[in-house]
Amino acid sequence: MSSDRRDFVLTAGKLLVLTAPAYAYLEAMETGKAEEPAYKAADHYWGMIVDVEKCIGCGNCVRACKTENDVPLEPYFFRTWVERYHVAEANEHPDVDSPDGGYNGFPEKYAAGDGAKSFFVPKLCNQCAHSPCTQVCPVGATFESPDGAVLVDKTYCLGCRYCVQACPYGCRFIDPRTNTVDKCSLCYHRITKGLTTACCEGCPTGARQLVDLKDPKDPVHEFLRTHKVHVLKPQMATGAKLYYNGLDGSVR
Amino acid sequence: MEEGLLHAVQGYMYPNEVELQWSILIVLYPFTTGLVAGAFILASLERVFNVAAVKPTYRLALLSALAFLLVAPLPLQLHLGHPERSFEMYLTPHTSSAMAMFGFIYLWYLTAVLILEIWLDYRKDMVLMARSETGWKKTLYRVLTLGVDNISEESLRIDDKLGRFITIVGIPSALLLHGYVGFIFGSVKANPWWSTPVMPIVFLFSAIVSGIALVLLMYMLVCFLKGIPIDMPCVDTIARYLMYAFLVDFSLEMLDLIHRRYEAEESFQSLDFMVHTRLYTSQILVQIVFGTIVPIAMLAFIQLVKLSDAARKGIYALAGLLTLMGIFAMRWNVVIGGQLFSKSFLGYTTYKMAFATKEGLLPAVLLMILPFGILWVLVKLLPPFDEEKAAV
Amino acid sequence: MNRFLKDKEHLFRMAALFAAGVVVFLILQAVLVPKGFGVYGHYRAGALADNRARTPRFAGRAACIECHTDERDALKGGKHAGVGCEACHGALAKHAEDPSAMKGVKPDPKTICFTCHLANVAKPKKFPQIDPKNHFDGGACTGCHSPHAPDKEPKK
Repeated sequence: MSSDRRDFVLTAGKLLVLTAPAYAYLEAMETGKAEEPAYKAADHYWGMIVDVEKCIGCGNCVRACKTENDVPLEPYFFRTWVERYHVAEANEHPDVDSPDGGYNGFPEKYAAGDGAKSFFVPKLCNQCAHSPCTQVCPVGATFESPDGAVLVDKTYCLGCRYCVQACPYGCRFIDPRTNTVDKCSLCYHRITKGLTTACCEGCPTGARQLVDLKDPKDPVHEFLRTHKVHVLKPQMATGAKLYYNGLDGSVR
Repeated sequence: MEEGLLHAVQGYMYPNEVELQWSILIVLYPFTTGLVAGAFILASLERVFNVAAVKPTYRLALLSALAFLLVAPLPLQLHLGHPERSFEMYLTPHTSSAMAMFGFIYLWYLTAVLILEIWLDYRKDMVLMARSETGWKKTLYRVLTLGVDNISEESLRIDDKLGRFITIVGIPSALLLHGYVGFIFGSVKANPWWSTPVMPIVFLFSAIVSGIALVLLMYMLVCFLKGIPIDMPCVDTIARYLMYAFLVDFSLEMLDLIHRRYEAEESFQSLDFMVHTRLYTSQILVQIVFGTIVPIAMLAFIQLVKLSDAARKGIYALAGLLTLMGIFAMRWNVVIGGQLFSKSFLGYTTYKMAFATKEGLLPAVLLMILPFGILWVLVKLLPPFDEEKAAV
Repeated sequence: MNRFLKDKEHLFRMAALFAAGVVVFLILQAVLVPKGFGVYGHYRAGALADNRARTPRFAGRAACIECHTDERDALKGGKHAGVGCEACHGALAKHAEDPSAMKGVKPDPKTICFTCHLANVAKPKKFPQIDPKNHFDGGACTGCHSPHAPDKEPKK
């Protein structure tokens, strides 16, 4: 081959080899962060177990969530909150309160030995498998991820509030700083890095536990087999993946 | 959200429920689309069902429908957190969302039904005005006629046939336009005040009632302002249809109430308490008593007792106004009422309506006045009554 | 052709207007729909990455005990073995990342324990809780209880 032709072939060859990584680079830049190779969404299906018998109403979870996820302290919105139930036999309805969502704990307001049943109930997004909130979103700004978390696309949300109306559990709110909807994301940025959620991290008694339903070694399978678990508002058939142990029938 | 709202909470509400999501602007929306659907149904009475008596109101009904339909999306835009993203509903509509699909129904109804029908009905007038007017008006009419000058008998006959066809298609479209709004609320299983299969039907019939009342009032007002005598057989017929529609609407609403009361399922106690306390004035007094029973009684009275023209005109005006007030109250009670109680069924909150804020009373009032402004312009450009042509 | 068009030209012009509208809409749709929409479902694929982009504020125990081995040993087998470090010490991911950039916080031993252990009617009966009137002298709880091994005597 003449030297001209050889030079051409070599240069063309180098350029050809370079286009592939250049294209991959451009693709990665266009779609945002390149997929971190360690986490495969298809290998996971997230849920949570809440053990009412273990919750002490310390409020650590509420504080941890507000810190981790930059949830507005004022006004008064929550990605997760704790409720205190006080169920007296004589009353048709329970007494429920949630002072600042449990952010500063629960100042005592009941007398011991009054014959009533009292307990704490942590609440958060139920990460529904048949989520009514994603069903009504007009544009696709909220959705169920392939690994079972219900998430919000803040750059796409119109702030129409239809999803807030459609959630039977009161989990959603409009963040006044962005005028878009916000809600518990199951600390998606943590669980995809092998960490647990901020609320589970902060819980001192293990009342909250993140579970991966697709992991055969996850203790959730044994737990569901051996405990009487309940979801909130089962009649709504939302496919809630927040499993409560020890949930009293009076809880709404 | 003001901390003050917390003090107005009675019982327990989930923390995120305390502040209402949908304000008076969202009340305006079903109200205006209801007026549109109702006005159109009245217009179609003449065109499709050949109820000749109401012909004098045909064009006015269509123009009223257009004026209100143009304003209908504005309260929604004002309410959105990001109105600049609202076009996303057309770009990536989520087919499972009633709200998204409504965007297309709105577009269809505005263009393929209402604008087309008005255009076909007025084409001859617009061509004549394009010929006789001067200056910018001449250009305007020429643009509106799409530059076509032909108003031969044959072309007008074709227009009439096509217009009739569009009206026939328009009736289910109008039913869909407002029935869908009912479905937007009625399909929310999380909210027992909204979730009922009769919601689209109730919305539809109350829409028809409000639209008929609107056209009745507008017709009497426009005649009065232009010094044209009111066609009494026309308004008598309209008032009769108003009464019939109202009777159906009232029966449907009472059926829903009786059904809830009888079954007394889980949410009933909480809702019943709400109706008797926070919603008492707007539901029992304004909507049911003064907004429904009184106007029906007045209209029924006229069927039984012969009254003078003047007396009837007075009763029609009063009944019409009370009707509009009652139907507005119905929208308020659905939208606001549905957010006053907690989904835990254990508590209630309050709606604090501001005045001069983005979603306050002032923009709501201005948005309700705007359609009348638009209608005034439309009536000037496209005169609805033949009597005025004598002046040309 | 003219015989067909006769008296109908205005309709064809209107139809052309509608068709133009549809074409404009389709063009807008092709241009404006965000990249990656619909790949995994009815949402923008990039939203998944957006949701993962936040930096954690809590490090988690595994990160703490890499360096704090004394505390790790003290907690082993004790009553506080299941309590996360940051449950008392606050969010410390920055400190775990670079210990010199941010120091850990020692919580106030006179008050921190009450967060969990102050008696309350709604707490589970089995949970250790105290009524300050019966079990508190106004001093630090750590005077009698080691915070990382509360069932043992504190190191003097």
